[in-house]
Amino acid sequence: MGFYDFLIQYWPRLLTGTGVTLAQFLLAAVIGIAISLCMGLMKLSQNALMRGAAVTYIEIFRGTSLVVQLYWIFFVLPLFGLTIEKFTAGYLAVGMNIGAYGAELVRGGILSVPKGQWEAALAINMSPAQRMRRIILPQALVSMLPPWGNLMIELLKGTALVSLISVADLMFEARQINASTFLSAQVFGAALVIYYVLARFLVTPFMRWLERHMARKLGRA
Amino acid sequence: MLDKTGFPLEITGEDTPMVSFRKVNKSYGALTVLDDLDLDVAAGEMVSIIGPSGSGKTTVLRMLMTLERINGGVIYVDGKPLTHMPRGGQLVSANERHLRSRRADIGMCFQHFNLFPHMTALENCMEGPVQVLGLPKAEARDRSEELLELVGMIAKKDQHPSRLSGGQQQRVAIARALAMRPKVMLFDEVTSALDPEVIGEVTNVIRQLVSEHNLTMLMVTHQMGFARDISDRVCFFYGGRIEEQGPPTQLFGNPQRERTQQFLSAVREAV
Repeated sequence: MGFYDFLIQYWPRLLTGTGVTLAQFLLAAVIGIAISLCMGLMKLSQNALMRGAAVTYIEIFRGTSLVVQLYWIFFVLPLFGLTIEKFTAGYLAVGMNIGAYGAELVRGGILSVPKGQWEAALAINMSPAQRMRRIILPQALVSMLPPWGNLMIELLKGTALVSLISVADLMFEARQINASTFLSAQVFGAALVIYYVLARFLVTPFMRWLERHMARKLGRA
Repeated sequence: MLDKTGFPLEITGEDTPMVSFRKVNKSYGALTVLDDLDLDVAAGEMVSIIGPSGSGKTTVLRMLMTLERINGGVIYVDGKPLTHMPRGGQLVSANERHLRSRRADIGMCFQHFNLFPHMTALENCMEGPVQVLGLPKAEARDRSEELLELVGMIAKKDQHPSRLSGGQQQRVAIARALAMRPKVMLFDEVTSALDPEVIGEVTNVIRQLVSEHNLTMLMVTHQMGFARDISDRVCFFYGGRIEEQGPPTQLFGNPQRERTQQFLSAVREAV
């Protein structure tokens, strides 16, 4: 079967799979960003307990395999009485994993803001929380964005692993079609192209736009 | 009333200084930066601090702004302790809450301006009044525009700092500090990072503040001519202490101490 005929026949399943992949991506991104922010700030905390918690989290989620983490959340947690539905388990695992990497970006971004900014904020008597929220984080965000673009693409590709716990994403649909038709070249070729298009024409342009938008807010553009 | 270490809990009386350093020590490890410093600044007085680098000039301002903790002694602002707070008839190290309540009296301008790059000139000035003082936006805007007018930056109020020259940024920074209505203003080498041709626009603003406002000011500067012109008193720092101080005509015209003479002649040769 030619590639064109293959697409005519199987596009609906590929499309629903792509929809699930996108949903997994967006939800994992939200979780990942929230965790990055929390852990990044905690790692800079004066409180040793907070720092310790953040370091532990980052070590565990960055130091072990994402697939193993996914299996833990989906297959092992139920043994301890915590059952998580597979769709949720999927984006939760990917988001928590990416959050460990993002935490380091947040930490680095905050440290990259010049000391003079902290001092100027203190000189107008802002509280530590105000300094962080109003002065430091907005500037840290700008320097963080380029590496975040990479991380978001990693995140998108990482979502393919949720097919291993039977979340019906693009990769899952592709494997199903392959199992019943053996049209491996066509189906995995199509998956390859779709992942590429999502990364290249959706995630990357959005991150670029965000970078430009933030640069304008800094008056740099 | 004195606490048991001999420092008053409060300074009262008619001639209470606006700023008072009492036996203040500051060291970084083995390096002593300030050595038992005593310095009083009267309300409305303009005091310039000069001296060689490493003599502790900037440290004086940074401690007063509470950017750095002191190792000994007490600093008072408007009669009340800044670095310490009274507790059970004794002065103990100030906590963040006490610092925040006392810091409101002090404003500071920095060598490198440190404007917030993600805000316009006007937003830079409004940030403190709105976020810290809780003023309504309209009122903060009025106040900020008035001050930008004062420093001659009203035409550029919607520009981001990256679009402004160093002199313009420094003038906005002065307006930003004034917007908090401090009693004491600190100027830390505010012209050192500027191109020579724009120094005048900043010094003119400070000159205007001195003549038209009753602010207490401390200024660290390398511009001897400017210090001579506008100061009520000049302090020459050497090795973490005040080596010599007096009215500018006396200190510049007839310095008594050998180190002062050496420093001033070295500065003159450099010009």
